[in-house]
Amino acid sequence: MSSPNRNRSNAFASVRDPAFLRRVFWLALAAVLLWPMLVLSEFKIWTLFSAESLKPTLKFLADFFPPKLEPEFLLMVARETWRTVAMATAGIALALIFAIPLSLITARVLSVSGLAGHMGYGSAMVRTVVRWLLIVLRSVPELIWALIFVRVVGLGPTAGVLAIALTYTGMLGKVYCEILESSDSAVTHSLLRNGTGRLQAFFYGLLPQSAAELTSYTVYRWECAIRSSAVLGFVGAGGLGQQMDASMKMFNGSEVSTMLIVFMLLVWLADRASSRFREGLS
Amino acid sequence: MKVELLVVAGKHPAAAPASLALQPITLCVEAGEHVAVIGPSGAGKTTLLHLMACALAPANGSIQLDSRDPWQLSKSALQKLRADLFLAPQVPPLPPRQRVVTSVLAGQLPRMGFWRSIRSLFYPVDIPAAEQALAQFDLADKLFERVDRLSGGERQRVGLARGLVSNSKLWLIDEPLSALDPTRAEQAIQTLTKSASQRGVTLIATLHHVQMALAHFPRIIGLKNGELAFDLPTSEVTPERLKDLYAQHLDELT
Amino acid sequence: MKAIPDIACKPLPAQLPSQLPPPLWDARCKACWYVVFIALLTIASFWSLDLQWGKFLSLDAIQKMGRFVAELLTPNFETPFLNKLWWATLETLAMSALGTLLAVVLGLLLALPASHSGAVRTITRAALNALRSIPELIWATLLLIAAGLGPMAGTLALALHTSGVLGRLFAEAIENSEGSPAMALRTSGVSELKIFFYATLPQIMPQLISYTLYRWENNIRAAAVLGVVGAGGLGAMLSFHMSLFQMAETSSVLLAMLALVVLVDALSYWIRKALG
Repeated sequence: MSSPNRNRSNAFASVRDPAFLRRVFWLALAAVLLWPMLVLSEFKIWTLFSAESLKPTLKFLADFFPPKLEPEFLLMVARETWRTVAMATAGIALALIFAIPLSLITARVLSVSGLAGHMGYGSAMVRTVVRWLLIVLRSVPELIWALIFVRVVGLGPTAGVLAIALTYTGMLGKVYCEILESSDSAVTHSLLRNGTGRLQAFFYGLLPQSAAELTSYTVYRWECAIRSSAVLGFVGAGGLGQQMDASMKMFNGSEVSTMLIVFMLLVWLADRASSRFREGLS
Repeated sequence: MKVELLVVAGKHPAAAPASLALQPITLCVEAGEHVAVIGPSGAGKTTLLHLMACALAPANGSIQLDSRDPWQLSKSALQKLRADLFLAPQVPPLPPRQRVVTSVLAGQLPRMGFWRSIRSLFYPVDIPAAEQALAQFDLADKLFERVDRLSGGERQRVGLARGLVSNSKLWLIDEPLSALDPTRAEQAIQTLTKSASQRGVTLIATLHHVQMALAHFPRIIGLKNGELAFDLPTSEVTPERLKDLYAQHLDELT
Repeated sequence: MKAIPDIACKPLPAQLPSQLPPPLWDARCKACWYVVFIALLTIASFWSLDLQWGKFLSLDAIQKMGRFVAELLTPNFETPFLNKLWWATLETLAMSALGTLLAVVLGLLLALPASHSGAVRTITRAALNALRSIPELIWATLLLIAAGLGPMAGTLALALHTSGVLGRLFAEAIENSEGSPAMALRTSGVSELKIFFYATLPQIMPQLISYTLYRWENNIRAAAVLGVVGAGGLGAMLSFHMSLFQMAETSSVLLAMLALVVLVDALSYWIRKALG
């Protein structure tokens, strides 16, 4: 390089990156937060490889191959899988029954008093209360509902169906309301103005436009419900989950292996079925 | 780097099998030469550049870089060869949220070790080099700016600065002046040609500004409809030839 | 009335409210068959399950629920208990944060090959699907064998499941990113890994952060309940007190869970705003 360039590069050597200090700060902060996280979550990863832990783990994993394929066992698994699906379907069906009226109540688009501009005080109150109800239903994890119901009605699918019904009422109610409100309200409002009842306004004005979206979301949630229902089995709600829990407690790797495979197949099938339904219904 | 094309034809990867973007062409550029490629839009200028950059495999014929056919080399040898060439696309290939200093220093990536390159993300390892390169395009003050905060012309110059920072022996520049105003365009082309001469780099640039090409390059290649129209020293390029070249696109003749 | 063919089961255009609603059943219509199938499935579900409505609506059950609700409305706020609750809350928070962090690392590691093509893509995508389809709770019960009781099983369970989710989202983000910066570096002979850091990552960073925060919001809820199967944190306390029918303590734990969820949602919102 010629002299002028060399002189210039000396002058440039004094330029520092302005973002440097900021980056050091954030890195230090991250390190300071990481240490207590590791301690609080008792993250002693090396214990995974200690003798007491490694032996049973490896034995359990070795038992996975081959998975248990005795016909008697498979029949039981098939039965429990059906119960899991049935629990989910029944739960969603109940959730639908509750969610539809609740979403109709909360949909501002169906407000008669709202036609004039702003909603009447009474109807706004009702809407807010129902909205909060839906939020509460949605926010409590279904596992917790299931834990409570198992103590009230005993072990078995009833607790699971109720838990799914409550949580998914919250979810379906909120999304139905959003779908209804996002559709074109002109027709509905004109019907309401001409004195049509709210229910008829829904059927003639809102439902035709939103039917596809509503069914699509419901079918998607049904698929989620199947996964939930398997998980609820671990707290006593029956079905595939409960059997998996039982087999795991007995360290029976081959049984767990079969059930895991069946579960993954179930999830995959439900996903395919759900896409088919959604295409077919729209 | 010496570039030779022997009956090389080029085709867009997505195009129909029979349509060639560049008809079979033969030319040779010696090491250290400066060549401008001109022609109307769609003449195949970019395809020619991509073929030379080994970004596109020839549909016909063979290409030789420093008397070696890159497509006959092993993968690792080709990787090494690639470090010796630099392609600047027309749209500057800069990630929007990246800072200018990092974008420019990316030109050094072929010869940086992996961990050094990671360290450079946290604190740029060669700020003086980046600043020097940008200064030659009058952009030293934008060193730590984010790319998406720059104007189109500034981004284009940053793309060119990356070439200055790299160690390559072949610069293939696609339309370096398209977003620049006349003063900046003049400055950019002078920087490119001067740096190329100083380092003995082979410079091949496609240009829309025919007058710029004539003023700064000793050799002009004209392409039309994917075919070689002429390959002449600048002194022999007459206005008639230019009119002929741009026959249906006279509005592009500047 | 004119017979309306296949349009029958499709929604009416909104401009014709004066027409009668479409016939409810049309044997040619595919959607109608789907509806029939779904209806049959639903009926079969209710019928095959041995649902104890009687038990649910019985006087005993209602009394029990009543008692629960009454006790739930009087949460326990005594200091020694609150102390335990505080540490359990921190434990749950740490579980969710660390689990999400590990998932980001593992997810990125898997997303890179998953965004390429060929055999390596198929294998990694299959791995991501497997990680994703097993719910966190099931992972947790499996990991209890290796990691023992306690929050580590929960952290690893969250990490494994979330890495499947994030890995797929990250892979899609990588695939959808602008290819020209990467292509330019590739022409210069830069290795793929360096290309990822210099060309791809700067482009997808906002999406990565957004997905990660979204999963953290989900994971705090999951972490809270994982303890029910023995993975520590608030869930373990919840399960313990519920099994002893100590509803006042249960109520406090539920409140702590709610507070934690609100906190993480707020943090996530604040971080999103700060990063613009």
